[in-house]
Amino acid sequence: MLKMQDVNVRVSSNLGEVQILKNINLTLEKNKIYVITGPNGGGKSTIGKSIMGIYQVQEGDIFLEEEKITSLSITERAKRGIGYAFQTPARFKGLKVEDLLKLAAKDNPVNLYELLYDVGLCAQDYLHRDIDSTISGGELKRIEIASILAQNPKVAVFDEPEAGIDLWSFQRLTETFENLHKKYETTIVIISHQERILKLADQVILVKDGEISEITSHEKFLQHIAILDSECSCHNNCVKGGVLDVDNY
Amino acid sequence: MLTTIDQELLEAIADLKELPTGAYNIRKNGAGILRNSTEHIQIIPKEDKPGIDIMIQSNTKQETVYIPVILSEEGMNDMVYNTFVVGENSDVTIIAGCGIHSHGSMDEQHDGIHEFFVKKGARMKYVEKHFGEGDGTGLRILNPKTIIEIEEDGIAELEMIQIKGVDRTVRDTDVILHKNAKLVVTERLLTYQDQLAESNINVHLKGEDSSAQIISRSVAQDQSKQIFHMNLLGYTKCRGHIQCDSIIMDEAKVSSIPEISAYHSDAELIHEAAIGKIASEQLTKLMALGLTESEAEEVILNGFLK
Repeated sequence: MLKMQDVNVRVSSNLGEVQILKNINLTLEKNKIYVITGPNGGGKSTIGKSIMGIYQVQEGDIFLEEEKITSLSITERAKRGIGYAFQTPARFKGLKVEDLLKLAAKDNPVNLYELLYDVGLCAQDYLHRDIDSTISGGELKRIEIASILAQNPKVAVFDEPEAGIDLWSFQRLTETFENLHKKYETTIVIISHQERILKLADQVILVKDGEISEITSHEKFLQHIAILDSECSCHNNCVKGGVLDVDNY
Repeated sequence: MLTTIDQELLEAIADLKELPTGAYNIRKNGAGILRNSTEHIQIIPKEDKPGIDIMIQSNTKQETVYIPVILSEEGMNDMVYNTFVVGENSDVTIIAGCGIHSHGSMDEQHDGIHEFFVKKGARMKYVEKHFGEGDGTGLRILNPKTIIEIEEDGIAELEMIQIKGVDRTVRDTDVILHKNAKLVVTERLLTYQDQLAESNINVHLKGEDSSAQIISRSVAQDQSKQIFHMNLLGYTKCRGHIQCDSIIMDEAKVSSIPEISAYHSDAELIHEAAIGKIASEQLTKLMALGLTESEAEEVILNGFLK
């Protein structure tokens, strides 16, 4: 479905050029769930953003269903079936939730009520609200995820979807990923530190220092890793316990 | 009497596809050409200067008055004085607006002075759209001056919109609010090419518990220039809030000059102003949904100015 071949990403910073990804080789199969995990700053989000085209790769190639998409724009990749849910979603003055979901759905026949229900929001209360500062961070996150459901992509990347989501909605969120997986045969890539998200994975991809250090099953991964008994790093009480101590893997 | 161009202008500025029912006055190229009064709303031409008096009886409810102005004659310089008296406890909507079609090298200009008296307990919604079109090289100029006095418990809601095609505009708005009166102003402005737009709003909160909210959103493109000068003056226990947001693009220039003046310790006045380009995360999000950069830009700007 999607393949990253010898991918290197470098970015300019005040320290000069920094290599974020080093020789990433990754094959994502159709209708599988992958969880990318690893320490902060290790390159997890950069892999997701490289797939979406938000970061351009300097070396290597990315293929979607055998087509080389390395040089394609974000727009072209989205049109070919890649979706990306941002860790910190954008707010829009004057754009309503309904507008965003319709833009995402394009010609897909979608039930906006169902979409919002799937992310724990009541459509009647939210469809006509502006996506501006009156929407809380947690609500915004759910709307972001709903926009990906509306888009119904072949490959969906979710960047730390659990951040800012409360416990009840977190349960709904995990069900949503399972449904998306079953109903639409979407290849799902989730960037996360959460044990319960990790348990959804067909494969866990551990990324450290810009490299893939291991690809394994979640069962095997969990045997080797400590689960910290603390709150989620978002500090929103989303899940107590269950944060992976990936630094000590 | 109305040409196809006139009808297009009327639709753009007042959403009129045909003559409205109820009270209306349509002014074209410096003269009132169509007029209708109703039982509750009288429209009377002024005798000493160009313009009309619109007299809305007390307790008039849910009625709309249309007073659009259209210009399509090259070199036309139209000046009009309109006076509105919105009777006690009435609830009405006034749809104004001006559309200019230019087809020559000479400027076309409309200056309108609108004076409103919103009586006790009355509620008035006033919508003013400005629009220009045509392939003429002459400037399309619109300079409205709006003066409003809102009596006790009165409410005035103003929607002031410059859609497109106006080359020069200076918009002056002065409002006096008495006890428990309320003002809500929503301003939307788009400029491009070398257009110039200036909006000056002065709000005098004179009555106890009076309140004013002004929301101004603008987009400045190309080499256009915008100046906003918003001034809230609180003389008693009152509340006022100005929110002025502008998106700046290309080589445009925007000045937002805040001014709040309190002359009483219970006056609560806030001014927020922000100028910035389109946020890159907004563009990226919409592109990640399959929109091109220009489509994404259009969605963002349309939403912002909606």
